[in-house]
Formats: sequence, C-alpha cells, structure tokens
Amino acid sequence: MRRPARVVGSLAAAMDLRPSDADEAFRSRLREWLAVELPKLAPMPHREAWPERRRFDTDWQKRLFDGGYAGLHWPKEYGGQGASPTEQLVFFEETTRARAPYVGVNFVGTLHAGPTLIEEGSDDQKRAHLPQILRGDEVWCQGFSEPNAGSDLASLRTRAERDGDDYVLNGQKIWCSFGHIADVGEFLVRTDPDAPKHRGISWLILPMNLPGIEIRPIKTVLGSREFCEVFLTDVRVPVANRVGAENDGWRVTNVTLKYERGTAFVSELIDSLRLCADVAPLVRDVAHRRELGRCYADFDALWSLTKRNVSQAERGTPGPGAMMIKLAYTEARQRFGELCLRVLDRDALHIDGNELVEERLRTLALTIAAGASQIQRNIISERVLGLPREPR
Amino acid sequence: MNLDLTDDQIALRDGIRSLLAGRFGADRIRAGFDRALFAELAEAGVFSLIADGFTWSDAVIVFEQLGEACVPGPLVGSFLVGDGRITGVVERAAGESHVTVEHLDMLDALVVIDGPGMATLDATTISGPTSDWPLDPLTPVTRVALPAGLEASGADAAEWMRRGAVLTAAFALGMAQRLTESSVAYAKERNQFDRPIGSFQAIKHVLADMAVRVEIGRAAVYAAGAYLDAPELESGEPGGLARAVSVAKVMAGEAAVRNGKDAVQVHGGMGFTWEVDVHLYLKRAWVLETHFGGVDAHCDALVALI
Ligand SMILES: Cc1cc2nc3c(=O)[nH]c(=O)nc-3n(C[C@H](O)[C@H](O)[C@H](O)COP(=O)(O)OP(=O)(O)OC[C@H]3O[C@@H](n4cnc5c(N)ncnc54)[C@H](O)[C@@H]3O)c2cc1C
Repeated sequence: MRRPARVVGSLAAAMDLRPSDADEAFRSRLREWLAVELPKLAPMPHREAWPERRRFDTDWQKRLFDGGYAGLHWPKEYGGQGASPTEQLVFFEETTRARAPYVGVNFVGTLHAGPTLIEEGSDDQKRAHLPQILRGDEVWCQGFSEPNAGSDLASLRTRAERDGDDYVLNGQKIWCSFGHIADVGEFLVRTDPDAPKHRGISWLILPMNLPGIEIRPIKTVLGSREFCEVFLTDVRVPVANRVGAENDGWRVTNVTLKYERGTAFVSELIDSLRLCADVAPLVRDVAHRRELGRCYADFDALWSLTKRNVSQAERGTPGPGAMMIKLAYTEARQRFGELCLRVLDRDALHIDGNELVEERLRTLALTIAAGASQIQRNIISERVLGLPREPR
Repeated sequence: MNLDLTDDQIALRDGIRSLLAGRFGADRIRAGFDRALFAELAEAGVFSLIADGFTWSDAVIVFEQLGEACVPGPLVGSFLVGDGRITGVVERAAGESHVTVEHLDMLDALVVIDGPGMATLDATTISGPTSDWPLDPLTPVTRVALPAGLEASGADAAEWMRRGAVLTAAFALGMAQRLTESSVAYAKERNQFDRPIGSFQAIKHVLADMAVRVEIGRAAVYAAGAYLDAPELESGEPGGLARAVSVAKVMAGEAAVRNGKDAVQVHGGMGFTWEVDVHLYLKRAWVLETHFGGVDAHCDALVALI
C-alpha cells in the first residue's frame, strides 16, 4: 500500500471525532447559559392545560431566541444564527444533558415547516414567518393527512379552487397535532383534480383563525387531546400563501418530509441515551441488564450515524443514512419501551409520575406518524437498493 | 468532527478493493489461508498500516474491505503483532486448560489472552487434534492443551481486546455489506410468479432491514476507529473509547450474523448450497462472534459503563 501523502500520525486526512475549538467554546458558553436560564423556568404545566403548555413552550423558545440559541442553523437574515451543523449537534447534546425543555408544541414550525420555508419559500414568506417562529410568537401545525389519505398521502382530496387572488378551501384533515393551539398550518390541498394525483397538489400557509375552519380534538391512547380533526368549509386563503408553484406541492412536500423524517428526531435520540442511564439503576434481572446494553448500543450507534449524516451533508455528498434514521430510531425506541415495562413490572401499572410508562405509550405513535415503518422500508428498498416500486 | 471518509480514505478504500477483486477472487478465497496469501497481503502493506503512518480509522477501512471479500486467516492477530509473524489470538476462559486455536498449522505465534494479561507462545511448539469438519470450512480449528504454568502478564491485553474488537467489527461490517449486495442482486434477477422476488414486500422489507443494519453498523465502526485514534476523547464522555468499541462490536457483529441468516432466506434453496458464497459469510460471522467478546459480553460491558 502506498504511504499516504500526509504527515505521519496526523489525523487531518482521516475521520476524526475530536471537536473543533470553536465547537468546544460554543459548548461551554451554552452550558453557562443553561445554568442561568433553566432555574428561571416556571414548573411544567399539566398535560391537558393547553394554553399554559403553549405558553410554557413558547416562553422557552423566546428565551432561546434572546440568548442567541434559536434557529442555530437558520440564516441570519431571518433571525437564525447561521451556525455550523456540528454546533447544532452540540446544542442537542447540552440541552438534553441539562434536561432543558423539548421544542414541544412548535415541533412543526421549528423542525419542518420553518426549514421548508427556508428552502422553498419566497422572501416575503420567509420574512413573515421565520423570525416569528424563532421568537416563539407563531406556533405551526401540519395539515397533510386526511381520513382517506394516510400512507397514500398523494391521494388527498381537500379542494382549493381559485377565485381571483384567493383559493377557496373545502375538505377535511385529520391527526393535526396541536391544531387547536396553532396560529398557522402547513396544508396540502388539491389544486388540479384532473391531473395525476402527484401533480395536482399545492403546499399552502394557512392561518388557523380564518373563517370556515373548525377544529375538533381527538383523544389519544394517552387520554390527552393533542391531535385534531380540521374541517374546512369555504375557507378563503390568499394565493400569495402558496409555497412553490401551483401543482408543484408534492415536490415541496418531499422537502418537508425530508426534515420531518431526517433531522426532527435528533434530540429524542440523545434523550433516549439519558433514559437508558435512568433505567440502569432499576434493573435487577440479568437478562434485562443485557437487553438494556443492547438498546443502548442501538441509540449510541444511531447517534454516530447522525454525526455521519451531518458530516456527509457538510461535504455535499449525502448518504443513505438520513433515510434510515426514522425507521431505526423508532423501532429501537419501542424495543427499549418494552424493556422498561418488564423492568418496572407491577410498578408499570400506573402512569402518573411514571415517565417511562408514559413514554411507552407515547412512542407507540412513532412507527406510524410521519410515515409508518412499512412505508419507510418501501422507500429504503426502492430509493437506496433500487428494487421494484410499489403501486403509487 | 468528521465521520465521513476523507478523499485520502476513499482512495485507500478503492485501492484495497481493487487489489482484493483482482488477486483474491472467490476461487482464491475458497482455497483458504496459506503463507502465499499472507505474503501477498503483507506485501500490499495490510499488516504494516500503522507503522506506515496510517491511522486506526484507515485500518478500519482496510478491514472492512477484507471482510467484504471474506478473506480467511488470522488477519487481526497478525495485524496487531505487526512484526511479520503470522499470529493467532485466543482468549482463555478462567481456569481452562484447553483452547480452540484457528489456523494452527500456519501460525508462527499464538497470543493467549488470559484475564487482564496475555502471553505469546511459539506456535510451532503447540499441537493437538485438528477437526476434519470445522464450522467454517475456511477456518480450520485445533484443540490444544496450554502449557502448564503459562505466565500471562502485561497491561497490553486490554488494548489488544479493544483494537481486536474494532478490527473484527470492521471485518464483520464488510461481510454484512457484501451479504446485502448479493441478496439485492439476487432479488432483482430471480423471478417467481412472473415477477422479480424483490418486488414482494416480504422480501423488500428484509433487504431494507439488512441495509439499515449495515449503515448503522458502519457509523458505529467508523466512530470506534476514530476513538482509537483519539483516546483522549474518553475524558469528555463517560467510557468514551470503551463504549465506542463495544457498540461497534455489537452492531457490526449482529449485522453480519443477521444479514447472513437473511441472505440464506432471500436466496431460497440456493442459499442452502455449498456453491453459493452466502454460507461462507454466515459461518465466518459466527466465528467472529467468538473473537474479542460477542454481542452478549459487549452488551453487558455497556451496561456497566452507563
Ligand atoms: C401521534 C400522531 C401524530 C400525527 N400528527 C400528524 C400531523 O400533525 N399532521 C398530519 O398531517 N398527520 C399527522 N399524523 C398522521 C400520520 O402521518 C399518519 O397516521 C400516517 O401517515 C399513517 O397513515 P394512516 O394513519 O392513515 O394509516 P394507513 O395509511 O391506513 O396505514 C395503516 C397500516 O397499513 C400499512 N400500509 C399502508 N400502505 C402500505 C403499503 N403501501 N405497504 C405496506 N404497508 C402499508 C401502514 O404501514 C400501517 O401499518 C399523525 C399521526 C400520529 C399517530
């Protein structure tokens, strides 16, 4: 083998997990900031006290913004920090370690609607929404799914008919998380009913206070009401609220889904490592101990995969890993959840004050929402492995 | 921070890959390990990477490729000893008088890892009955009695275990990758019910899971390689290096075994034949599970770290 044209012993030309000085400086600044800010937080409101929960989450978002930690990788001109992707990873590590609040009710705005606007929105649209999301002034929801359009999302039927400078919307959405407390929604509508189903869709910014929008919460397996049915009757929304070209909404949707499935799970993933450490002292059975080690290996390896995905994205050569995180993480998280119930045994029979049991229930949704595991496997086998396609 | 191959590393990977494809095709591999094969690999620089200024993360890339080709032999031991001797490694369970040694006929030296210490024996002085039906046809095994009063010493054993686990994990990763590729290729060309079997979800989803195991395993193995190069990272996170090593061994070891089993299934009856390579990979994956700690031992080690 040829000796490499590089300094012997130097890591410059090899993979390298050492953080840069800038990353470490960022880490210690953030640590200090968290130590000051977290004690100021009000206690977490009751699960079903929705206005209070919204206030709690947006208050934290506002603090992040004021501290210079909101929208780390968003462009500066729209209120972001223009930070490196590795700083974003450090942010997730440190906020999780400090047990800072999770993004909460504005999951959609901060993790996928905002990033979609950055890629696809007009300058006016970015200016109108991105700073508001980062300041905690605007909460978003997602109106993609319909009663008859779940996995087959492109078969959606909510109509948008053009009338002058407006679209007039009629139809029904379902499973719209936090719809009852959101200000704005990313909504998919059919603008051309005659075109093939993927070619007649448009992506709209929908203010949730428009006349003709009716919202009915649905009770989940947790007993909470956090997703909703949304009925749209002659709702007039300006054509200027469309993101991307008319009937080009499926392409924009794929941008949204890329973020929703690719990057939105990172902080949950690190939190899973923390939960493993929380469970460890409770484990007495040797088989449970071993299974805990196995779960930990999954999460730790997925954290390495996240770093690898970020490295590849920075180099401009994205690999298949980004398409796999969602499937692998959600399955691993459920495996861990099963272990938690076995460890707790009869202590798992009550949910109150029992984070691990509540999490077991919450994570039942992970393998369904944002594209079920079966759909993820279809996507991987077709797009990564080049196998024959499913009916579409 | 970077966990993607650098340009140098891509060149390294492609170089070793074309070397293996050219000189170590399926027939050569099936002929088994011998001194000629060792000499060719040594001449290519496989066993002297570290002395030649390459990093551990480079070594991981080379072992991944050796695994893709399923190259037989005591590669890890020879790499770790790094002095040109063909060297086997065996771990001795507490109080055991006998051990099962691989490739004994070809060995110059045998490293015995015994608890926290290790001893190096002149392999030509050891003998025992060699199995005429080894699990892996390319890994001959001999049952030998260890010399009485074997002196295991030195602090090197822990380091050998870590490095050996990472290189073995890299090899297993390469095997898992090749098993995925050959299964995908077979699923595209084999027709039943007038269509490729790869159009059935029951097969597609198995293949997707195989590919996911490889990607996750690769991230874990590359991370472990990077930790071997920068052990000081250990100070930052609890159990940094030890954790990365165990995670890599668990994820890559399991990927190789499970992909081996899935590959047999996807190949149908062909998968049960001697002629198709799949069984050679699966059998080697089982062999590697017994090297430097298997999935269970490393899972236990992880719990102790968290
Ligand atoms: C907690 C939660 C929050 C959600 N939040 C939102 C939200 O805010 N906004 C929003 O728009 N939507 C939301 N959803 C909806 C979610 O995106 C859908 O539930 C999901 O896409 C699946 O659609 P479905 O429920 O109609 O199931 P279906 O599509 O009916 O699927 C049922 C089963 O059939 C399987 N299946 C379907 N098609 C195939 C196929 N081709 N091959 C193999 N198997 C198949 C699925 O994998 C699944 O197991 C949320 C869902 C949950 C659970």
